[in-house]
This record gives sequence, C-alpha cells and structure tokens, in this order.
Amino acid sequence: MSTYAQKKGFGATLWDFLTTVDHKKIAILYLIAGGLFFLVGGLEAVFIRIQLAVPNNDFVSAGLFNEIITMHGTTMIFLAAMPLIFAFMNAVMPLQIGARDVAFPFVNAVSFWLFFFGGVFLNLSWFLGGAPDAGWTSYASLAIASKGHGVDFYILGLQISGFGTLMGGINFLVTIINMRAPGMTYMRMPLFTWSTFVTSALILFAFPPLTVGLVLMMFDRMFGAHFFEAAMGGNTIIWEHLFWIFGHPEVYILILPAFGIFSEIFSMFSRKRLFGYSSMVFATVLIGFLGFMVWAHHMFTTGLGPVANAIFAVATMAIGVPTGIKIFNWLFTMWGGSVKFTTPMHYAFAFIPTFVAGGVTGVMLAAAAADYQYHDTYFVVAHFHYVIVGGVVFALLAGTHLYWPKMFGTMLNETLGKITFWTFFIGFHMTFFIQHFLGLWGMPRRVFTYLPGQGFETANAVSSFGAAFMSVGVIVMLINIIVTSVKNVKVGNDPWGDGRTLEWAIPSPPPFYNFKQLPLVRGLDAYWIEKMEGKKGMTPAEPLGDIHMPNSSFLPFIMSLGLFIAAFGAMYHVDKVSWALPVMILGLLITFGAMFTRSVKDDHGFHIHKEELMDDDDKGVKA
Amino acid sequence: MHAEEKFTYETWPAAPEKSTLEAKNKFLGFWFFLGGETVLFASLFATYLALKDKVPNTNMPLAKDLFELPLTFVATMLLLTSSLTSVYAMYHMKNFAFSKMMVWLGITALLGAGFLGLEVYEFSHYVHEGHKFTSSAFGSAFYTLVGFHGGHVAFGLLWCITLMLRNAKRGLNLYNAPKFYVFSLYWHFIDVVWVFIFTVVYLMGMVG
Repeated sequence: MSTYAQKKGFGATLWDFLTTVDHKKIAILYLIAGGLFFLVGGLEAVFIRIQLAVPNNDFVSAGLFNEIITMHGTTMIFLAAMPLIFAFMNAVMPLQIGARDVAFPFVNAVSFWLFFFGGVFLNLSWFLGGAPDAGWTSYASLAIASKGHGVDFYILGLQISGFGTLMGGINFLVTIINMRAPGMTYMRMPLFTWSTFVTSALILFAFPPLTVGLVLMMFDRMFGAHFFEAAMGGNTIIWEHLFWIFGHPEVYILILPAFGIFSEIFSMFSRKRLFGYSSMVFATVLIGFLGFMVWAHHMFTTGLGPVANAIFAVATMAIGVPTGIKIFNWLFTMWGGSVKFTTPMHYAFAFIPTFVAGGVTGVMLAAAAADYQYHDTYFVVAHFHYVIVGGVVFALLAGTHLYWPKMFGTMLNETLGKITFWTFFIGFHMTFFIQHFLGLWGMPRRVFTYLPGQGFETANAVSSFGAAFMSVGVIVMLINIIVTSVKNVKVGNDPWGDGRTLEWAIPSPPPFYNFKQLPLVRGLDAYWIEKMEGKKGMTPAEPLGDIHMPNSSFLPFIMSLGLFIAAFGAMYHVDKVSWALPVMILGLLITFGAMFTRSVKDDHGFHIHKEELMDDDDKGVKA
Repeated sequence: MHAEEKFTYETWPAAPEKSTLEAKNKFLGFWFFLGGETVLFASLFATYLALKDKVPNTNMPLAKDLFELPLTFVATMLLLTSSLTSVYAMYHMKNFAFSKMMVWLGITALLGAGFLGLEVYEFSHYVHEGHKFTSSAFGSAFYTLVGFHGGHVAFGLLWCITLMLRNAKRGLNLYNAPKFYVFSLYWHFIDVVWVFIFTVVYLMGMVG
C-alpha cells in the first residue's frame, strides 16, 4: 500500500481525494475549498468597497448590496475562516500529538463533504434567484420578511455545513484525549493542540443552539410554524438569543486556533520555549469558558434591561484579563530570544498591536451605556475586522506560510511572502483604522450609500483604497503559491530549521501512516529536546510492527450529497412545485441509505506490514 | 485484541465496549455527541418555555386544557421500562450471553414502539382539539420539542432493529459490542430527555 511515491493520473488523484479518509489529504481539501471561498468572500468585500468609495454611487443597487454584505460575512466566517482553521487542525494536530490519524477518519471525511456541499449550496443562491439579504446574523424579523429563496439558502446551507463542523469538533476532542503518543501528557501538548482542544469543546456546545435556531427559522419560513411571528404568539428575540449563544463562542472558535498558531510561531522563531506555558493553557481554557457567558453583549440595545446589560458588560470586560495574559506571554517569549524575521514571524509581530487595538475597542463596546452610541455603526465594523482580520486572517496567512512545507513538501517563497505581508498589513490598517472614526462620526453599518457633504467622503475613499492594497497582497500570495508549486523544490523534515514539536520530526509531507514507530515524548517541545541532545530524530516508543489503517470510502461524499439534494426539495416545497417533495425524500433516502450501508458493512481497515515499512527505509523515507 | 477475534465466556473481556482503541474512541466520542445533544434539547426547552401558552386568540387551547395525566403517565412508564430492559441487555452483553441480550433488546424495541404509538395518538388527539403545529407559536414550540424527542426515539428504534438484524447470526465480538453499548447510551439519553419533557411540558403544563 505504499503508493505515496508513485505518479498518478488526474482521474486517479481525483478519486483518491473524493474517497480519502487521511487527515492530511482532508486538510488539503479544506485548504483548497476554504481558500476558494476566501477569494469569493474577498471579491464581495471589494464590491462593497467599490460601492462605498464615493457618495451616491450606483455600482450596485441597494438590494444587491444587502445580498453582498450578507454573503461576505457568512462566507468569510463559515466557509473561509472556519474551514481554513480546520485545514491546519487536520494537517498539524494529529502530527503534534504523535497520532497516525484522527479518532474517526471516516467521520472526518463526512465533516469535510458536509461543509463543502453546504458552502456550495449557499453560494448557488447567486445563480438561483438571489442571495440571502438579511445580514450574516439573519435577525428573524428581517429574515422572515425576506422575499424569494435567499434566506432559505442561508438556513439550509449553514445547517448542512454546521453538522460537518460539529462532527469535526467531536472528532478532534476524542483524538486529543485518546490518541496522544506515549509521554505526551496534557501539559506537554503544543499550544496549537491545546487551542484545537478548547476550540473543539466550544464547537460541541456552541453549534447545537445554531442548529436549533436554523431549524426554527426553517419551520417558520418553509413549514408554516410561528416561532418568530408576534401576531401568532411568537417572539423574534428568541432568534437573537439562540444566534448569539452560538455566535459569541463562534468568534472564540475562530480566534483561539489563531492564538495557537501564533504561539507556535513566537516560540519557533524566537528560538525559545513559550513563556508562561501553563498560564497560556489556563488563559485558553478560561477564554473558552467565558466565551459562553457574554452573548448578550451583542444585544445591549435589544432592551434586556439594565441588570442584564450590566452583568454581560462586566463578564465581557473580564475576557480582557486572560487575553492580556496571552499578549504579555508572547511579548516575553520574544524578549531575550534570538528572533528570526521569517514571513510567519512578520504576521505574528504585526498581530500583537493590531489585535490589542481590536481588544481595546472591544472593551469600549462592552461598556453597555456607551454601546448605545456605537451600536450598528462603522465603529463596530472596524472593531470586528481588527480582531478577525488582525487576529484570525493574519494567523491563517502566517499558518499557510508556516505549514505549507509540511503539507506540500515545498517552501513558499519568502520574498514574495514578505511582499504579501506588507501590502496586506498596510492595506488592512488603511481600510479599517479610518472606519473607527467613520463610526464615531455617525456612519451606520449596512447602508448601501451616503450623501455628499455628510463628511464621509474622504474616509470612505481612503478605506476603499486600502482594500485595493489588501487585494494586491492576496494576489501576490496566489502567484507565490503557483510559482513555488511549479518549481516544487523538495524540503526535508524540518525546513525552517527551528521546529520544536513532533510534526517537524517526520518527512514533509509525512508518509500516510505519519509515524513508522510512535515517538517517545520526553517533555514540552519534544523534538527540540532531542535536537538539543544532538539526536537526529525522536526515540521510538514501540518496536517496529504492523500498522492498522482505515479504508478509503466514497460514502462520506454520498451521505453529504444526499442532504444537498434534500435541501433543494425542502426549499422549493414552499413554491408548491410538484417535484419538490419527491426530491426531498430522495435526498434523505440517499443520506440514510449511505448511513445504513456504513452501519451494516463491516469496515475493519487494513494493516501495513512490518516488511513493507522496512522497504520504505530503502526508499529514503525515515520516520 | 483484534476486532474479529472469536470469544468464549471465559475469554470475553470485562469491558468489551472499550477494549480496543476504536471502541474507546467510539465510547468517548458518543459521550461528547450526547453533550452536544443536551445543548440542543436545552435550546428547545428554552424556546418552549418562552412560547408556552402563547396563542393568538383566547379560543385556542392552552397547556392546562390539553394535557391529561393518564396517557402521558403510561407513555412515561413504557419508556422508563425500556431503559431498564436495555440495561438488562447490556448486562447480558457483558456476560457474553448473546441470545439473552437479543431478547432484552427486542423487548426494549417493542416498548419504544409502544411509546411512539401513544405519542402519535396523542398528537392526533391534540390536532383535533385545535392545537396544531401551524396554529400558534405555542403549537410550533410544543410539536418541535416533543417531536424532536419522538424523532430521536424513532431513529433509535431503526438503529436497534438494524443492529439486531445485522448481528443476528454472528454473535458478539469486539467489533459489534461497542455498537450495542453506544446504542444503549443513546437510549438512556432519550429516556432522560423524556423525564424532563414529562416534568417541564406535562406536569408543569397541567399545573397551569
């Protein structure tokens, strides 16, 4: 089964990716799909900035503008940021703990295909009568009244991809608890693994409320229920609660892995053990916990009353404490370190002031009384772009450069990488810094235009100009990816030379079984310890033996396709078209049929035999 | 230990539901899944409590007009007993008594089916009294909460029957023992959810 070294035709490669259950290939799928959605979401952002560049612009109509901002937010959060984070979690986390795969490789594939079909479904709305237009938060009173099928695409698309995310979370939790290599105790786990762990727990408890919210809205819009309709006894605020009970943990689901990636980078390129490791772990867990206690700070102006507002305001400000712990730990990691300014380190360095700025506006917004002034203005837009772009997107770009050699076996070009960084960094601050002031001057968010003489012209022009810079940065990165992929200069185990954790102890890309022999972990930064003692690699914790591997399967694709088909049926059922109900039933039959097949067909996987592993040694694959 | 290995009463491990890595993963993963399900039902309960008795006009029936103790009490007893019988099934699974396990699983499934039958009858009864899914927010919330639970029972029934049919001829091994065990966890979970529904929806509903 040692097929990784062979050249394969396009058809065979495609089939391989459609049926793979290997976490490293699933990571590549997540990276490609998430990257494409990132470009789509970025294009939508560019359209927004073109429309707002000058007053009274008619580049897009008001209705289309609503669709674009809704899809920009939804796409970036659910279809770009989360999958890209999942890409790195899949690619790196099992390697960091010394595992041969995740706990449920099959479910991992199901997770990806559910996300993929959900995302495609949502984006098909552009071609099938219009995209959702009620904002990414899709508040019920707006969403229920939205004409056409736009919001239906939102409901069903997010529902499908949300199932995938939930399963992914469970999968990572079990992997980290059950499959750590000998010696890899919890307090020796790399910070990225820790953040994956906490993030997965957040996913597990945050996604079900979204599932329920989406189900209720689906029932209201498609099956005649009245959860959100006041005239029938319903209550529109229920959606706001359910959405934000999901939505606030969601932003920590995004930012914690980003913290994890940056922790790895700071430690690697300062050539120093991470400062305050245990307080970093503590802060990560605490942020995860507090993340569930603050959802109503999104609803200060809803009218929950002063007591509720005060409690949620204080709880929100409390999150600044563990976050501050992290910021100082990163600074102290660099302090006295032998800092190497690689591309990932550029992002990490820029992240600190950027994210602190986003955090400070966060505390400003948390002051409930003051929030009445900021609410629904560009100040909020500036705040969340500072934390999400300055935190999450910087981390994703940094992670792309950092882990590219581990995922693909070749380095991205450092010069082009730094050009990407500088254009993106300058463009980002140009776009969003000025938006703080736009907000304070009174420009509301989600408006499709403004009038001349309101004092918004210059600031909006600057903001739009900055967006062009960011686009250039992304284009340079795409060129970088193409150029380096064509050159394809192969690299060894530890291409940065500063690897500290287990993933850098094995080949890039790793063989499909990852570790020929599970490594013995002797402390935090396991690989660094061995390197410092002059050893070439990890000490094995077990004799060479047969390795048990899971079989590939096409069922994850079929299972997800079934729900994709069923979603069309459910949606057009509202129009009373004759084929809708049969299509819905057909789709569900496909999904349940695939589940049934999976249940009754035994799948014991296969074994790679000791002799084959020894053959690999001759081909130069060292574990 | 190998998943397909043949066992006897003597060689059968004490905890067959978690004696391979795959089984341990399944066991832990399912507990996490149930954690997520708990939040799911908690959200549905919260929605129900917010919309209880919220009807558009005074002619429509409220919780205290609808719910009657005898019917829901019988349904509760059926489901609670089925949880007990699934415990018996797992007891025999751990003792490698395959046919006894199958008998108790069969009884579990029958009790579950009885419960579902009563629920269908109950729903149709309410619809006749004007309490419909589409008639009010109260109706929507009631049928969604109780219906989600009913859907879980129905899925559990299909699951149980599939497991029984698939393994009817091959007895117990370390590949299917965790499957039976995980099913029993699921069955207990929907039983626990029902205890809350019985309390929050029916008992508190009858009080007013």
